[in-house]
Amino acid sequence: MKFGRRLTDGVPSRALWGLGVLLLALLVAPALLGKYGLSVLILVLYFAFVGQAWNIMMGFAGQLSLGHALYAGLGGYVAAGLFFHYGLGPWAGVFVAVAAAAAAGAIVGYLGFRFSLAGVYFALLTIAFSEFTRLAFDHWEWAGGSGGLFLKVDATVDVWNLRGGPLLFYYLILALAVGAFILCRALLESRLGRYWLAIREDAEAAQAVGVPVLRCKMIAVVISASLTALAGVWNAFYYNNLFPETAFAMGRSIEITLAPIIGGLGTLFGPVVGAVVLTGLGEAFTDASEYFHIPGMKQIFYGLALLVIVIYRPAGVWPWLADKLGIGERRP
Amino acid sequence: MSGARLELAGVGKNFRGLRAVHDVSFSVPAGAIHALIGPNGAGKTTIFNMIAGVYVPDAGAVTLDGRKISGLRPDRVCDAGVGRTFQIVKPFKGLSVLENVTVGALHQRPDLTEARDAAASLLAQLGLHDRRHQLAENLTLPDRKKLEVARALATGPRLLLLDEVMAGLRPTEIDVMVAFLRDLNARTGLTILLIEHVMRAVMALAREVVVVSYGEKIAEGTPQEISRHQAVLDVYLGEQEAS
Repeated sequence: MKFGRRLTDGVPSRALWGLGVLLLALLVAPALLGKYGLSVLILVLYFAFVGQAWNIMMGFAGQLSLGHALYAGLGGYVAAGLFFHYGLGPWAGVFVAVAAAAAAGAIVGYLGFRFSLAGVYFALLTIAFSEFTRLAFDHWEWAGGSGGLFLKVDATVDVWNLRGGPLLFYYLILALAVGAFILCRALLESRLGRYWLAIREDAEAAQAVGVPVLRCKMIAVVISASLTALAGVWNAFYYNNLFPETAFAMGRSIEITLAPIIGGLGTLFGPVVGAVVLTGLGEAFTDASEYFHIPGMKQIFYGLALLVIVIYRPAGVWPWLADKLGIGERRP
Repeated sequence: MSGARLELAGVGKNFRGLRAVHDVSFSVPAGAIHALIGPNGAGKTTIFNMIAGVYVPDAGAVTLDGRKISGLRPDRVCDAGVGRTFQIVKPFKGLSVLENVTVGALHQRPDLTEARDAAASLLAQLGLHDRRHQLAENLTLPDRKKLEVARALATGPRLLLLDEVMAGLRPTEIDVMVAFLRDLNARTGLTILLIEHVMRAVMALAREVVVVSYGEKIAEGTPQEISRHQAVLDVYLGEQEAS
């Protein structure tokens, strides 16, 4: 009870009602939406979830990672590989997958934080790790090499082995997104969360008031990498194929960062709103470019739209929107 | 909360061959207020940074109540009971004034609500209560100085290091800050070491003054003794020509 009160403490009741209605809507959405609508909603929830995971590092602790594809890719490959080779179900494999990604995060984090790589230099380190992991997987026979790893497509629903259609994966990613949202709220309203914000604002001043800076940053990267690995596992079993060229691609890492940046760094709802805006724009421009038969139109307008948002709402769409709705997240 | 005794024994620090601080020894008894003064570049802040764990001394040792603290990380020094302010203020700009101090208060109170209450009461004492919901980046310089003091005090230190907190304050504000520190010291027995250029504050607060110049201690004594000390006068006013 106390934990529950802590989570909702200081949140306007209007916002709580809003969240409840939203959750209810998401629960019944599959019954109302068609196949296409459901696939779009799945994308939204996926980006909201990985965005939330990435936001822990950048939005809370202020550490810029441009290599989060590493954790998603590792998570996906480990769980899929164990299932493919040894028939180990993903519900067990996910533990190994998360452990692998957490270890990778700890290595990248330790190298960066221990040797005081800050800002863009830390970001370069994260890119480097993601890139050379891609190269390693290109040549790793067990993981299928550059030819990729394929899971057998099976339409029969088997929850224990994560085999099934979009509906199964929809509810899974919904559970993950909701879980991450609650986890982030709990983290933010804890001592650790406040220490992250202090580190983000000024690490030297934080350390002077007793914040163990290295330890806090390490916890941030390990939690962030672990959650991202969950997204990777989900991704692998949803799409049934993995290629090093896409799983560890730079573009995949960038994709993960967009929703929280567009939605509002360091806010809980930013990644969610960002995911809605991004996926919505992406789908709209895809339709438009098909309608007008202009290939490449999607990318141009998508890029322009992002540019406009970043210029006019540099703090993200959510803080502005929340202000309009009168349910602003109380700024910590 | 009570004060701790600070002792520096033969402390020295070089930066790439530049001798910033050399063989400095002094002590501050528990519950006392001492001042560290000297011209710009004399090494005062370097001495602070060695006490606070930002720099490891190349020579000598810093002890707090007999326990060696030099060589510890800054957060460990804070654990040991040292609170410090920064000469160039370092507020958590994107956080509210209250949350700034709350971060400090969390050091001794892991519970967020309790820490926030403790922070609010400190802000009231320092006259920042009305501004507690403002972002720290919107504070004026005098208020930022007060915020530095509040945040350092929130950690519950036994030794408080104040690096030029009076600079930029108006005379009336200086008197308020002096009264606050004196009252705090009388009430809690907190040991205070301050670097200060504002002599009005030094004279009003410090029981003893340590003077450094070119990284070395050149004098030590009561404010009255220091103001008549020949070496100090030479440093501050220029050497008088022998006639």
